[in-house]
Amino acid sequence: MLLTISTTHRPATDLGFLLHKHPDRVQEFSQSFGTATVFYPEASDERCTAALLLEVDPVRLARRSGKGKHGKGTPDFSLGQYVNDRSYAASSLFGVALADVFSTARSGRCVARPELADTAIPLELAIPALPCRGGVPIARRLFEPLGWTVAAEPVPLDAGFPEWGDSRYLDLTLTGTVRLADALSQLHVLLPVLDESKHYWQGPDEVDKLLRSGAGWLAEHPDRELVVRRYLGRRGRLVGVALERLAEVDDVLEPAGAETEPADVEEVRVPLNTRRHEAVLALLAEIRPRSVIDLGCGPGRLVERLLATEGIARVAGCDVSARSLQGAARRLHVDRMTERQQERLTLFQSALTYDDPRLAGYDVAVLMEVIEHVDPPRLDALERVVLGSARPGVLVVTTPNREYNVRYEGLRGMRHPDHRFEWDRAELRAWAERVGAAYGYTVELRGVGDDDPEVGTPTQMAILTRTSTDGASR
Amino acid sequence: MTTLNLPELGLVVLVGVSGSGKSTFAREHFKATEVVSSDFCRGLVADDENDQDATPDAFDVLHYIAGTRLRRGLLTVVDATNVQQSAREELVRLARSHDVLVDAIVLDVPESLAVERNRGRADRDFGDHVVKRQARDLRRSLGRLRKEGFRRVHVLRGVDEIAAATVVREPSWNDRRTLTGPFDLIGDVHGCASELRTLLTELGWELEHDGAQVVGARHPEGRQAVFVGDLVDRGPDTPGVLRLVMGMVEAGTALCVAGNHEAKLVRALKGANVKVAHGLAESLAQLEAEPEDFRARALAFMDGLISHYVLDDGRLVVAHAGLKEAYHGRSSGRVRAFALYGDTTGETDELGLPVRYPWADEYRGRAMVVYGHTPVPRAEWVNNTICLDTGVVFGGELTALRYPEREVVAVEAEQQWYEPVRPLAPASPDADREPSVLRLDDVTGTRWIDSPHAGKVKIPEENAAAALEVMSRFAVDPRWLVYLPPTMSPAATSRREGCLEHPEQAFDEYAGWGVERVVCEEKHMGSRAIAVVARDAAVAERRFGVADGTTGTVYTRTGRPFFAGDRAGALVDRLREAVAPLFASLDTDWLALDCELLPWSAKAGALIRDQYASVGAAAGAALPAAEAALARAADRGLDVAALAARTATRTRNAAAFRAAYASYCRPSEGLDGVTVAPFQVLAAEGRALAVTEPHSWHLAELGRLDHPLITPTRHRYVDLGSPADRAAATQWWEELTASGGEGMVVKPADAIDAVDARGRRVQPGLKVRGREYLRIVYGPDYTEALDVLRDRSLGKKRQLALREHGLGLDALTGFVAGAPLWQVHAAVFAVLALESEPVDPRL
Repeated sequence: MLLTISTTHRPATDLGFLLHKHPDRVQEFSQSFGTATVFYPEASDERCTAALLLEVDPVRLARRSGKGKHGKGTPDFSLGQYVNDRSYAASSLFGVALADVFSTARSGRCVARPELADTAIPLELAIPALPCRGGVPIARRLFEPLGWTVAAEPVPLDAGFPEWGDSRYLDLTLTGTVRLADALSQLHVLLPVLDESKHYWQGPDEVDKLLRSGAGWLAEHPDRELVVRRYLGRRGRLVGVALERLAEVDDVLEPAGAETEPADVEEVRVPLNTRRHEAVLALLAEIRPRSVIDLGCGPGRLVERLLATEGIARVAGCDVSARSLQGAARRLHVDRMTERQQERLTLFQSALTYDDPRLAGYDVAVLMEVIEHVDPPRLDALERVVLGSARPGVLVVTTPNREYNVRYEGLRGMRHPDHRFEWDRAELRAWAERVGAAYGYTVELRGVGDDDPEVGTPTQMAILTRTSTDGASR
Repeated sequence: MTTLNLPELGLVVLVGVSGSGKSTFAREHFKATEVVSSDFCRGLVADDENDQDATPDAFDVLHYIAGTRLRRGLLTVVDATNVQQSAREELVRLARSHDVLVDAIVLDVPESLAVERNRGRADRDFGDHVVKRQARDLRRSLGRLRKEGFRRVHVLRGVDEIAAATVVREPSWNDRRTLTGPFDLIGDVHGCASELRTLLTELGWELEHDGAQVVGARHPEGRQAVFVGDLVDRGPDTPGVLRLVMGMVEAGTALCVAGNHEAKLVRALKGANVKVAHGLAESLAQLEAEPEDFRARALAFMDGLISHYVLDDGRLVVAHAGLKEAYHGRSSGRVRAFALYGDTTGETDELGLPVRYPWADEYRGRAMVVYGHTPVPRAEWVNNTICLDTGVVFGGELTALRYPEREVVAVEAEQQWYEPVRPLAPASPDADREPSVLRLDDVTGTRWIDSPHAGKVKIPEENAAAALEVMSRFAVDPRWLVYLPPTMSPAATSRREGCLEHPEQAFDEYAGWGVERVVCEEKHMGSRAIAVVARDAAVAERRFGVADGTTGTVYTRTGRPFFAGDRAGALVDRLREAVAPLFASLDTDWLALDCELLPWSAKAGALIRDQYASVGAAAGAALPAAEAALARAADRGLDVAALAARTATRTRNAAAFRAAYASYCRPSEGLDGVTVAPFQVLAAEGRALAVTEPHSWHLAELGRLDHPLITPTRHRYVDLGSPADRAAATQWWEELTASGGEGMVVKPADAIDAVDARGRRVQPGLKVRGREYLRIVYGPDYTEALDVLRDRSLGKKRQLALREHGLGLDALTGFVAGAPLWQVHAAVFAVLALESEPVDPRL
């Protein structure tokens, strides 16, 4: 909510001309979400400081957006709407106010001091509460290539609870000799990049806006890709409203269905995901099934490959998340399929701890990276449903090999926050052999991914093949 | 005058040429909705009742409507000519496929009259030849109608007979819904007369003698016995059993359904060539020794046995081998076969015994089904069904079930009378247990729940879908999940200066609803927790069916476990120790408790840090800097006074906000520092205490706990008629909230399920939250925006609160009464589904 811009250019009060705001006045600018005020805490020839203070009224803001977006009288469900940092932090909202209040200055136009507007001058920008995901290193990475000296101190979360560590805010001061218009444009772009939660829906003109604001500095920025990705960033996380509400009544933070993976592991796992698909498809090429069901199909990546495989007459995908299924239907363009294509495919919501006759009757069932998301005491229910009731001819199970985790640098704990367990190779073997014996399946184990002589492959696979056609042996 | 006796549930096929008066007849004797006419269906699919091209489609529709009505158990009359055998054949097949009786009513009028009538109708443009052809078909049909599968064919000849006919609907033989018991249901006797006499005596029956013979029995309390069949064969005294049971049935003190052994004995006695095995020889020999008239009487008795009865207004069904819900009250060959032999697949196992499908595992019906037929070691409930054949003739027990008490009474066999084909399995711990796997269709899709405590509740499909994800990904084993807590509404919004909520609204509302005394309970700022604790692993297995050694669980309001692994077990162990006095005073070996788990930070730590502390940190960094900048500007003589004042207020509010959340955070490492504040004893063995006891009782019981794990719930009672009481309670609330308390919950103190003057259930509780606590909910500066915030609507929240409360009580009463797991789970699941309804989360 606060930014101060200081200069020691002489006369320093020329800052008033550059900003088009008179140093001796207090000026208010009404914004759709609050009021921005520009005033000068100091104004001498040696040093002049302009302050932009943004007051946000979150209650009124929440009321209005609630009524607009979700129908009359139904506020948005995120608790963050009333309790949020927008009143205090230099967030993306602040970036919008900044662009509006200093629009002329940002364009570099200055009738009174045209040459000064084109000149790099000594500047000091101070933001006491800058939301910055990634902390001090990211702030340095983004600002230093632009010629700024970065002084940044993380703000502790709560002085009364030092064990909680730092907050995501920095007390940031940038010093450097920069053209004022550039400095403002850089803040305009980088505030939302650092904040990573834009407050308004991004429209198609966002790209144009970014390119305009980035003119003259973004193209040469070594981290321009990061800037662009984060600026245009993470839309499309259409979080099911009901689920979010459920997460909230339970005082948990993540929406229950959030399928995010920690960024540091993600890069290692993307190719692994592909290799798991390849491994499953290679196995299917050996088995040559007529029908395959992907249990826990998520957004349908494997289902897509299965549909493209010749010889599989029936493909099914089920998932417990209705949202994932919607994503799968979109990915597979179900609405544009011919009748013949539609007949090959079934997508439905199911939970593997509830008996569901629709799961039965497939040659092969795939449980890819699913069981580790089930609480160990509930595994027996999944075993009964999948092996006891659904009884596929072959069940393919993939799950992380815990032994391999030592090869992931910086990984602490498990590979995904929702994993309830990760097994080593002996544990998977023991489980597979136990359930195989109980339900009449033989067991074969394979690795997926690079085979490390010491710790094995990152993913492990168990192939259970039914030995009898009778009902469950229990 | 002709009286037509028609089945109360069944299909009635009208037969007659066009113009014979079928529609008029139907209108006179049946409700308009009971009659489906081919003309009407032709109109539906073709916009023209006479369009003969549409006839095949019209009959598809007719069969669909008729079939749907029959499935739903409604009498249906088909108004079509039905003069051709093929048309009638399809209708007979339709009736059979729904296991109902089918009668035909033939309206036989002179051909000339029919022709005359058709000529007079403008909408009938077909020629006389059509009627003539129909009349020919009808004449050909009349002779063979009776062989086409109709139960009865009623023929009305001539206009006068048709006009004078009356219709009587008769219930089917198996329909004894008017008998309401109480009943003593008795398992397979198999000729064990002595054990039967012992059991009846044990049940309080008085035996009636004729000389040395026992010829009847009567219960002094007027109870009625119901035998599940298989009175005969294998045992030592089949005639003795028959004599006693026949006497009881004839005197009206007993009912008896047919068993497969009676059916076979009847065939043998009638001289059919049957294989003499499975103890039939014993019966034949024993009956041979009886006088001829006894044999004749026994044969008539057994031959007349009905295969199943529907009793007590449809709440109880008795059949020898059980009966699936779709067959209750129906009549057909396959219904009888199911009732006598079970859901056989046609296969035989390695011992040559028929393979039976475990229909009871899938049973979801409302009626209790009591049966025998398959010897089991112990009578056990499976989805509201129970098998009473405990193999007395094989040396097991003769078992009875008292209804409606659901009490099982058994006497041991005096000896093994007959060698079992299959050894009676010892009670295996696994076999009888409720399966932990529930069916998806028990919970998904749009559901209408007829809740005893909440009325009719609709669960929309999308809510069920959301709940399914949460339930299956995060919740504890459904066998532990006997309850989920309801949401609670705040008291009506206060207009008092600086306040959004205040006790006086809660008091006024309850007084307005006719409640005289309320209790104000301190609202602990922690996490809602439901604790289910068994005395030991054996109790967990017996009562909850959980056999993995765990002895209880503590879960959140969406059913998630509070702690993982060893910590979960440790918390349950400590809690068991802490609530030990309740185990004793309530004489129970398990307990379900409604609690708050403290501190809030134990579970919500991540939320507090990421959401609340984060906001506090940003405020703490930005506001002092802003104040400093404004001070310097003021020093320069700029007019920033108003802005500075607003900023100072925000600084104060932010500090208050920080203090509010911080006061609910205590360092807790693992279980150290965690306490539990129970405020209601939800249930114990045999008692759904949340339904039967008022809050004053709960608080008194829980007040006796004294253990470091337990945080007591401070409370006080308020006589709503006493201004002094109200003032004192308000004062108490102010002190509580001033010192960091969240607030209080106001509930009726003495009334259970209180209703207002118009008979509507009142809110089970109202929360009144403190001014500072609400900063966490509405934001640090909410006190500056009360004018906006007071515009809040509580209606939907309160509707949900009532429904969720009722569904929770359904789950508890169901669990306590031994209802099948799927029923308890459906209620619990419905609570979770309703929780996903969009309501303002700040309420």
